[in-house]
Amino acid sequence: MRHLLSTQDLSLANAIRILDTAEEMAAVGEREVKKLPALRGRTVVNLFFEDSTRTRISFEAAAKRLSADVINFSAKGSSVSKGESLKDTAQTLEAMSADAVVIRHWASGAPQQLATSGWIDAAVINAGDGTHEHPTQALLDAFTMRRHLAALNGTDSVGSDLTGFRVAIAGDVLHSRVARSNVWLLQTLGAEVTLVAPPTLLPVGVEHWPCKVSYDLDSVLESGMDAIMVLRVQAERMNASFFPSTREYSRRWGLDDARLARLDTLGMTDTIIMHPGPMNRGLEISSSAADSPRSTVLAQVRNGVSVRMAALYLLLSGDLRDPVPVYSPASARRPGPAPRSTNETGGNAR
Amino acid sequence: MSSETAVGASRVVMSAADIDRALTRIAHEILEANKGSRDLILLGIPRRGFPLAQRLALKLGAADPDLDAAAIVGQLDVTMFRDDLARQPTRAPERTKLPASGIDNKVVVLVDDVLYSGRTIRAALDALVDLGRPRVVRLAVLADRGHRELPIRADHVGKNLPTASAEKVRVRLCETDGAGPGWTADEVVIEASA
Repeated sequence: MRHLLSTQDLSLANAIRILDTAEEMAAVGEREVKKLPALRGRTVVNLFFEDSTRTRISFEAAAKRLSADVINFSAKGSSVSKGESLKDTAQTLEAMSADAVVIRHWASGAPQQLATSGWIDAAVINAGDGTHEHPTQALLDAFTMRRHLAALNGTDSVGSDLTGFRVAIAGDVLHSRVARSNVWLLQTLGAEVTLVAPPTLLPVGVEHWPCKVSYDLDSVLESGMDAIMVLRVQAERMNASFFPSTREYSRRWGLDDARLARLDTLGMTDTIIMHPGPMNRGLEISSSAADSPRSTVLAQVRNGVSVRMAALYLLLSGDLRDPVPVYSPASARRPGPAPRSTNETGGNAR
Repeated sequence: MSSETAVGASRVVMSAADIDRALTRIAHEILEANKGSRDLILLGIPRRGFPLAQRLALKLGAADPDLDAAAIVGQLDVTMFRDDLARQPTRAPERTKLPASGIDNKVVVLVDDVLYSGRTIRAALDALVDLGRPRVVRLAVLADRGHRELPIRADHVGKNLPTASAEKVRVRLCETDGAGPGWTADEVVIEASA
């Protein structure tokens, strides 16, 4: 594994490996000294072309807990607003010898482009690209589910998968990279996924995804679920009317107080409520659902740091990286005058 | 020693009985050096140091009935503290488990199977610093094969093995290695270079 770009091409063994490593990283967060020297001297660049709170902070905390140096870059207030291309930005980072680039971009496939174009030598971690994928979010969701399952069974979560775990993912699937990453990863881990959304918020070709699809949240809840993941209604990506009104959306597909109460009457005492955040309280999730003991929203944020530590550690610690070509003064000088003297004459001429 | 028999390119240098005797001796040495079992904590370094620490604790418990053997054993993962992380293939970290009493002001005995370059122990000492401040740290190893690269020595040694650096010292314990093909009980083997 050299990059972490999507969960679709993540093997079961690698997924389990990341989750198991995250389990050990979580233990570090409970210690007196919450820091490991594993990535000392490595540089991690957070390259954020899109707004983010928890993902950027989470990656920053993860890199710092592993003793890496962190450079934060956001498109606002940088040369990107002057029209600098992704390639030029990436090569600037390469010149500063970044070892890993954590990228969030509005365009689907930007991390893939960065990883495969040969512009840079660094490991690339996808922190969300357009409406494509958000692999570390799916991994932290799976980590949260796995811990919940292990606590229920009274077993150790290390090494286990999610066989038989029933997950409903409800809401704006069309615009959600979280839903896509989760569908692939949860399927790899053996969970049963049901997508619940209005037909207008389901992507074309969803029938080929390895999951069930329903338009009716109530009947899905009645069929019995171990986790309900509510997705954010992404108003900023909606350029057409996908549903008549927010009130109607909330009534038919939102996890409101009535549905929260029905979980108890249906006897689903161990069902957890998940949300990738940020939440639109009152729209897709009611305040009492978000704050109920079932809610794992804050646990998800906490687990995010552990999972991202695991991903950074596994991508950066090994010797799998191609060696960086060593600059040798002898070979550089032979063809002609040394580059530096050329620059100096150029400077003098001016 | 009578148990030293040559099997092809590898020779067995410690049998199951030898290992057991060595651990019994080390257990008594630990008690002697510590003047009893007070404040003792045994931390095994994964993978094979941990079962060795457990066995040592049982022997300490047998020698001192007041001692709760299970309560003094822990595991100390040193993966993240190694100095060769960037050069080796990625290793997944193991779990660090400390006894409930913690390690502050305790006598911590690090337990590992083979002492070689000393770099693992250096990493272990760094890992310990982040977990607390023991009163004393000691080192017990089943086999010391020499070729140290750092100024580190063991306080308790099961057996000193003169080796060439091209040779491999392999420790097999039933807890970590199961019963494999060609062997049935615990043993320490020196394998010649291929």
